[in-house]
Amino acid sequence: MKNFIKTFLVLLFCFSLLSTISFAGDLELIGAGATFPYPLYSKMFNEYHKQFGIKVNYQAIGSGGGIRQLLSKVVDFGASDAFVSDEELKKFTSPIVHIPMTAGAVVLTYNLPGNPKLKFTPSLISNIFLGKIVNWNDPEIKKVNPGINLPDLKIAVVHRSDGSGTTFIFTDYLSKVSKAWKNVVGRGKSVNWPAGLGAKGNPGVAGLIKQIPGSIGYVELIYALSNNMPYGDIKNKKGNFITPSIKTVSLASNTELPDDMRVSLTDTDSDYGYPISGFTWILVYRDLANGGLSRKKAKALVKLLWWMTHEGQKYAKGLHYAPLSKKAQEKAEKIIKSITYRGEKLVK
Amino acid sequence: MRKDRFFKMVLWVSGILFTLIILSILIYLFKGSYLSIKTFGLKFLVNKIWDPVNEQFGLLPFVVGTLLTSIISLLLALPFSLSLAILLGVFYKKGFLNKFLSYATELLAGIPSVIYGFWGLFFLVPIMRKIEIKLGILPYGVGILTASLILSIMIIPYISLISKEVINMVPQDLIEAGYSLGATNWEVIKKVIIPYSRSGIFAGVLLGFGRAFGETMAVTMVIGNSNFLPKNIFSPSNTMASVIANEFTEAVKDIHLSSLIQIGLWLFLLSIFINFIGEIVINKMKVKGEK
Amino acid sequence: MKMNKRLFKDFLFKKIVILFSIITLIPLFLILFIIVKNGVSAINIDFFTKLPKPPGEKGGGILNAIVGSIFLVIIASILAIPFGVTVGIFLSEVKNKFTETLKVLVDVLQGVPSIVIGIVAYIWIVKPLKSFSALSGGVALGLMMLPIIIKSTQEALYLIPFSLREASFALGTNYTKTILKVILPAGLSGIASGILLGIMRIIGETAPLLFTAFGNSFLNLNPAKPVDALPLVIFNYAMSPYPEWHKIAWGAAFILILLIFILNIIVRKVIKRWKVQF
Repeated sequence: MKNFIKTFLVLLFCFSLLSTISFAGDLELIGAGATFPYPLYSKMFNEYHKQFGIKVNYQAIGSGGGIRQLLSKVVDFGASDAFVSDEELKKFTSPIVHIPMTAGAVVLTYNLPGNPKLKFTPSLISNIFLGKIVNWNDPEIKKVNPGINLPDLKIAVVHRSDGSGTTFIFTDYLSKVSKAWKNVVGRGKSVNWPAGLGAKGNPGVAGLIKQIPGSIGYVELIYALSNNMPYGDIKNKKGNFITPSIKTVSLASNTELPDDMRVSLTDTDSDYGYPISGFTWILVYRDLANGGLSRKKAKALVKLLWWMTHEGQKYAKGLHYAPLSKKAQEKAEKIIKSITYRGEKLVK
Repeated sequence: MRKDRFFKMVLWVSGILFTLIILSILIYLFKGSYLSIKTFGLKFLVNKIWDPVNEQFGLLPFVVGTLLTSIISLLLALPFSLSLAILLGVFYKKGFLNKFLSYATELLAGIPSVIYGFWGLFFLVPIMRKIEIKLGILPYGVGILTASLILSIMIIPYISLISKEVINMVPQDLIEAGYSLGATNWEVIKKVIIPYSRSGIFAGVLLGFGRAFGETMAVTMVIGNSNFLPKNIFSPSNTMASVIANEFTEAVKDIHLSSLIQIGLWLFLLSIFINFIGEIVINKMKVKGEK
Repeated sequence: MKMNKRLFKDFLFKKIVILFSIITLIPLFLILFIIVKNGVSAINIDFFTKLPKPPGEKGGGILNAIVGSIFLVIIASILAIPFGVTVGIFLSEVKNKFTETLKVLVDVLQGVPSIVIGIVAYIWIVKPLKSFSALSGGVALGLMMLPIIIKSTQEALYLIPFSLREASFALGTNYTKTILKVILPAGLSGIASGILLGIMRIIGETAPLLFTAFGNSFLNLNPAKPVDALPLVIFNYAMSPYPEWHKIAWGAAFILILLIFILNIIVRKVIKRWKVQF
């Protein structure tokens, strides 16, 4: 019995020692953040591991989490669907850069009997999410959707409970199209919702809507598609009802892009662009030494970012993400080239 | 003899180290929440707004959510726990049924919280939804009542195991004296066992409460994560523990993080408080039992 | 007639007690039934030997989480067992004001909500080391295990008759040797079951791992890097909208319950057999 315990302890010790020695040299990059690009990133990192043998551990904890953990320097890169605000940028002790990875659409998805295709106007959306329209047979909904049999069913609004870039894009859009929304709620990664219940992550919202009859919420397009959920057409600035798709997102992104790529794609002037679109970014420190990375890790990270914005883009379409446009890709290249390690350029 | 002194020293060092660990938990929680304590002061406890965008942080919605879920779950759990305790402590003190029930209760206590939450999400929530549709309320399915139901299942083993032990502590001669006077089981339980073990059962309930208010995963998965004061027991809500689980990794602003750590500090203090009261009651009970 | 009423009350009471007790067990069977029903079909060889696939792709397993859970339990055990047993000996050997306070502190630690332990491990380990890590998860789980080990050690040693110690002293054995070679081995079955109970408690803990062990879709045995764990997989996959991930979560839940069941049986059957009889 005593021998058994002794052997057990010795084995324990050997195991822990062995694991420390044999795996300490293994290169692994750690990232965290947005849930929206998670399916694409996990596909990309899976392929990257197969090709180059480098492990990239990405945890989808929400955009707010990605920024927080990058700020605390506990991850090598953050990921976010919302660009870091000027106020938040001041909190970083060393400058960070935004590298666009893909663009996506936030869609309104709902759970109604028969799941008819619905149309929404900006005022309709803001009134539903402000809690002013509470039933599906409301005349305002009927007016926009003539001929559709809307049930007498209470509207259950579902929103994100975590800090999320999806929420940022959605509330950014609502703040642009609705004065009332701007005054009462405003825009942010997490806001004080006047109505409804919260769920964690895009998956959580999609999951809840699938379960609650009469519910409505917002998720990234990919989550609606992969779950066979219906989503509405939305009236854009030019007065056209637009169905969200890779194409209409690309059209929306066809605007002037600033050099730092911190740009919102909601309610753009494009004729046939989907109005609730947005980029998703990977965030890293401009000088990776300041992010607490080793030189070896920094080199691997820059190589990974280059791969993701180039070869990696070919996985986007298959998973219903809009690949970067030529223009966006060029901007991304410039940003990646500006990344340094102790002042030394990592990409020539 | 020098070896003996060294050995004793090791024992003392380990004891002091343990004390230091507890102290440093308290200190670090306090340090982490200092910013929030300094900014909001006592208003933190009574403010009913939790708004990360406008940097307004108040504990009240979570206190209400925590108290409601804990108290409802206790009320639901109490009759079942006591029945189980009486069954095991009075009616079937030995034999197959005792063994079987004890084992099942132990197993119930051993199921991880995340599995309760998972089961609740896929089994209980759809049932609640159907009930809510029948009642004509918004069929969220998740909410305070759902969380309370799961919690009550989780705390039944704790209350019943402690109550059973307390019932076993009732001196046998008292019970036999009751029977010899011709009292029925019911009368012995009502007139002898319950009065005698009242404070001990109270301690068990208190510990069950302690478990309920600190429970995180199962609650997080079925409570609906809403940071507002709940309107009724079907409302989605958040408890002190579940809001930490939800927001801790993503609090970008320092004041947000600090406020979450302050909630952790209150949970810590509350658990100490409950422990102390439970401890005092149980110790009193033991003294009485030994007499 | 009065007699009958009394007896009837007694009869009714007993029936109610039995009824309520049986109702109590319904959730247990429902939980077990649903987990077994959904879990068994998810389990195959790949489940134990493969890493997870990206969402939408079929197949894949949870090798990373199984290994991660074992790894976390090992780290927690290394941290908590020697320390906990020592504190337990201290509590059973020394009786004064300080040890009385210490006993209360042990109860306090046991009552601390697991999410708070997670915050503490984050502040202690994750922040200074600037990385989520298996180590921080292990520390959090170790803290949760500690009170169980201390209490079981203390109780096991308390039960050992004083005559054993006197006999040892009478043979001229010194104090240290008496404790380590006589008393401790005699209490071994109690201590061992305490350790297993501790493992049973922490192997299903999720809350303290959310912001310490963090999760990892690859295999990792480096304590300085994040690892996955069975309960984390259950939480993350249960909250996802993908049916194939729900299935994996059920499978993981089944394995977790099975592990706890096995540990429970070991505590009940095997360890009792080791027990030294006095």
